Amino acid sequence: MIDFTSINASIESYLQSVLPAQVATLVECALIAVCAIAAYLVFAIVMIYMERKVCAAFQCRIGPDRVGFLGLLQVFADVFKMLIKEIIDIKDSDRALYTLAPFLVVMSSLITFSCLPFDNGLQVLDFNIGVFFIMAASSFGVLGILLAGWSSNNKFSMIGAIRSGGQMISYELSMSLCILTLVVLSGTMRVSEIVEMQREGWFIVRGHIPAIIAFLIYLIAGNAETNRAPFDLPEAESELTAGFHTEYSGMGFGLFYVAEFMNLFIIAGIATTLFLGGWTPLYIPGLDGFNAAMEWIPGIVWFLGKVFFVIWLLMWVRWTFPRLRIDQVLVLEWKYLVPIGLLNLLIMTVCVVMGWTL
Amino acid sequence: MMDIEYIDIKSFRQTMLDRRAAGMDFLREMIGMDWEAEGLGVIYILENSATHDVEELAVRITERDRPQIPTVSDIWQIAEMYEREVYDFYGIEFAGHPDMRRLFLRNDWVGFPLRKDYDPSETINPVRLESEKNEEIVREYDIAEDKQLAELVEKMKILHYDQFVINIGPQHPATHGVLRFRLSLEGEVLRKVDIHCGYIHRGIEKMCESRTYPQTLAFTDRLDYLSAHQNRHALCMCIEKAMGLEVTGRVQYIRTIMDELQRIDSHLLMFSCMAMDMGAITSFIYGFRDREKLLDIMEEVTGGRLIQNYNVIGGVQADITPGFAAKVKEYCNDQKKRLKEYYDVFVNNIIFRNRSIGVGILSREDAISFGTTGGTGRASGWACDVRKRHPYALYDKVEFKEIIHTGGDCYDRLLVRLEEIVESIHIIEQLIDNIPEGDFKTKTKPIIKLPEGRFYAAVEGSRGEFGVFIESHGEKTPYRLKFRPMGLPLIAAAQNIMKGHKVADMITIGASLDYVIPDIDR
Amino acid sequence: MEMKKPVIKSIPYEEFKDNETLEALIAEINKERTNVVVGKLDDLINWGRSNSLWSLTFATSCCGIEFMSVGAARYDFARFGFEVTRNSPRQADLIMCAGTITHKMAPVLKRLYDQMAEPKYVVAVGGCAISGGPFKDSYHVLNGIDKIVPVDVYIPGCPPRPEAILYGMMQLQRKVKVEKFLGGKNRHQKRGELPAEPIIVTNHPVKEDKEQ
Repeated sequence: MIDFTSINASIESYLQSVLPAQVATLVECALIAVCAIAAYLVFAIVMIYMERKVCAAFQCRIGPDRVGFLGLLQVFADVFKMLIKEIIDIKDSDRALYTLAPFLVVMSSLITFSCLPFDNGLQVLDFNIGVFFIMAASSFGVLGILLAGWSSNNKFSMIGAIRSGGQMISYELSMSLCILTLVVLSGTMRVSEIVEMQREGWFIVRGHIPAIIAFLIYLIAGNAETNRAPFDLPEAESELTAGFHTEYSGMGFGLFYVAEFMNLFIIAGIATTLFLGGWTPLYIPGLDGFNAAMEWIPGIVWFLGKVFFVIWLLMWVRWTFPRLRIDQVLVLEWKYLVPIGLLNLLIMTVCVVMGWTL
Repeated sequence: MMDIEYIDIKSFRQTMLDRRAAGMDFLREMIGMDWEAEGLGVIYILENSATHDVEELAVRITERDRPQIPTVSDIWQIAEMYEREVYDFYGIEFAGHPDMRRLFLRNDWVGFPLRKDYDPSETINPVRLESEKNEEIVREYDIAEDKQLAELVEKMKILHYDQFVINIGPQHPATHGVLRFRLSLEGEVLRKVDIHCGYIHRGIEKMCESRTYPQTLAFTDRLDYLSAHQNRHALCMCIEKAMGLEVTGRVQYIRTIMDELQRIDSHLLMFSCMAMDMGAITSFIYGFRDREKLLDIMEEVTGGRLIQNYNVIGGVQADITPGFAAKVKEYCNDQKKRLKEYYDVFVNNIIFRNRSIGVGILSREDAISFGTTGGTGRASGWACDVRKRHPYALYDKVEFKEIIHTGGDCYDRLLVRLEEIVESIHIIEQLIDNIPEGDFKTKTKPIIKLPEGRFYAAVEGSRGEFGVFIESHGEKTPYRLKFRPMGLPLIAAAQNIMKGHKVADMITIGASLDYVIPDIDR
Repeated sequence: MEMKKPVIKSIPYEEFKDNETLEALIAEINKERTNVVVGKLDDLINWGRSNSLWSLTFATSCCGIEFMSVGAARYDFARFGFEVTRNSPRQADLIMCAGTITHKMAPVLKRLYDQMAEPKYVVAVGGCAISGGPFKDSYHVLNGIDKIVPVDVYIPGCPPRPEAILYGMMQLQRKVKVEKFLGGKNRHQKRGELPAEPIIVTNHPVKEDKEQ
């Protein structure tokens, strides 16, 4: 198996040897940023293509198939189009906030994205409160949405943004509770350690009932966090035309669009890391030959495979269910998910203390 | 042929109150008229919802500058909309009406287009490219003590400036066309709904007055394009009735089958659009997928997918194709299986049930008072199917069940439609194997003149009673041709039942009422 | 470098109608010389734009239902890159005017067109949008939307079949491909060009009445 830790170390030592210390750090940062942004965009494009094809498959359609082989270049065409689209100056809008809003959303998802452990050592930030950091970074995206709605000087945007604020902040809670449940199980908040601990068995298996409950709640809350159907009220097309980004044209809209998909990736990524063992291969006690064979598949393939499986699950939901109403969304969160989440946390704690985990 | 009783304007309100007390609770139709020398007037068609007795009344007024007739909007709720329509077209003001605004035309429109002396010159009413100002204040006329007509007494604000008003439409994905809502919100809750129509008002009734009878047929398909066959059936039936023309049995069979196919088509679209409005895009595509198969059959027989121009006076345009029966049967069997899929993926979904059960309840009394015929009325427990009330074509010979639910909410309204698909298939299955031989069209003279008189015919359209009223003065063009819109009662009811619900519910209610805007605006 | 004839996948150039208009456009552009870098960049941008035409949902009557059919399972316009219909005019590239435009609707259409971000296109779907169709002599119908907004493609029919709508969209793709984006020459509407005075359009040219 490739160990990225050693590769990282060798790159660092090389840079340190040819450059002064500060410059070397700066170059490293720049390299990392470039890699992170490139990976971010690549995944966004892959996911947009995937969404179109998956949605087409569910709807008995073909989906894009004319632009490039199997429509593979479709998303690139969209990107070119969006890049050259006019950016409209909205009358009476708050210019500064209006311009800032999409960047806030993208920034939030980009920072969270870089915390995901793609493989052993292939992770930008890894420190002892990594899980906290992920939660904090992912939650300031809602600020961008609120600002977008507020600064657009449009009533639809405003309603969309307020709905979004109410929804995202609420669901943050049950998401955090699920993550905490897993932190109780693992006993650490360092992301790399959490993954490493799952070598002998994924947490969704080891934590059995409470972990499965947490996983389900996490998927529901995560879906709500990303504003996708059945929780797509902030941009409910049939009610609010396009919700909080009604007034955004060109790349402003493009950034929201990309951020929505990347948030989906991040939700799936966190689910993979916490529940499905991250980049660790499938391990079945007793079957040594099988386990050895699994070891040969690189960690990044494991990680992406699991992530895209979760994404596919979420897309399935998105293209099947009708939309909820705002009061139902909040009732679901506050009356059902939060109490169940709290109870689940208690059960998990009891399980861990009594040693009832596998 | 209608037998109209003229009422004196002095005793008009008392007469109307008496009729209502006598059980005439359904105002079927209200037709504004301009009889030139004999003055302006209104014809009322009333029906007793229990016994289905029909009565036709009229009131006339010779004054042309500011004609005034007492309102009946407090007796039948739907009259509020109908009276606004009459005011819009004829300039008759209704004393006591709470909201006397134009319904279809811009509020800065000059003249009343359906009057016979209307000047259509474009210098008076050019295409203005600035939007009209919202009329915040309306005129209201009070009925004085002695039942005489009174002057303007009060000004009322429609939506107050300190309310949070949002505008939905006319171009909006959820309005199924070009309808405009002005909503006064309190948080997400609707406090007041003000509906504006007329964004697709094409003046069809006025145009019909200068067309020969066969020419008027083309417009019916474009009224409610999802009940094109039924609309045209109604007009053909009305003209045939006036001419005293009997169509052959084969024609009756073909018309009935095509009407039912059209009904399935419309109900499938209703299901699809409701799913789309509620965010379930996949269900929308499922509905459309199955609708395409139906359109294939229609296209093979009539040559058109949506606008088919099939019925003509005396029969149908072309005979059915040889493989028609087999294809229809195959389709019917297929569709029955597909319906289960709709229930699985959408109707029985917990989210949909939560969003539709108990939402937008329309009581039976209100349904009758608003005259919301069709699926909406039947979901409220009102047996209002024209096919049962006043059978036409072959509907008294086939066996079918009138689907009635009593909940009156959005869920029931969808169920009624889905169950009606099954009933329509049932009707088709009874007829499809027994289509008699014969002519598909009775020869008519090239120029059709109707005898003098007034004629009314109604069919059950896809979303309610579609009526055609013709007043003929013995010429080759109608003196007045009025279509009873299926959608106008629906939006009148919508305005009432949407209050107190959330913005999202407004979309659900709108979708479940299933209105088609070109039919409302005509 | 010279602008070439537009190519649409799997349909030969000759099978399209009205190639003369496009050739005239190409000749117009080829009068001026362009350097290779700008030309190539233009080609790339045009490729992107023509394959990603998102339409505004703007359906007033019957044609709207056929437009919905084009989006549904059998016809599926997502294949061609018209992936989604956007409900916000800011995010749409073209306005599919499907249906009759009446006097009351005309200001709304004009306003939506003004709200769209450049580059923007207009497709007139159906007889009513092209000329008023069967309602030509009505007192309340605008006889053709080209009186108030510039139209790029006309799709005749009442309503046009879904195939016809797809064909019209392809014609629009071809038109987009022979435009020169860089240099802003194809910007339809200049910034701040909105008329100060409300325009008054008449269906039939009549002498203006000053009293209005």
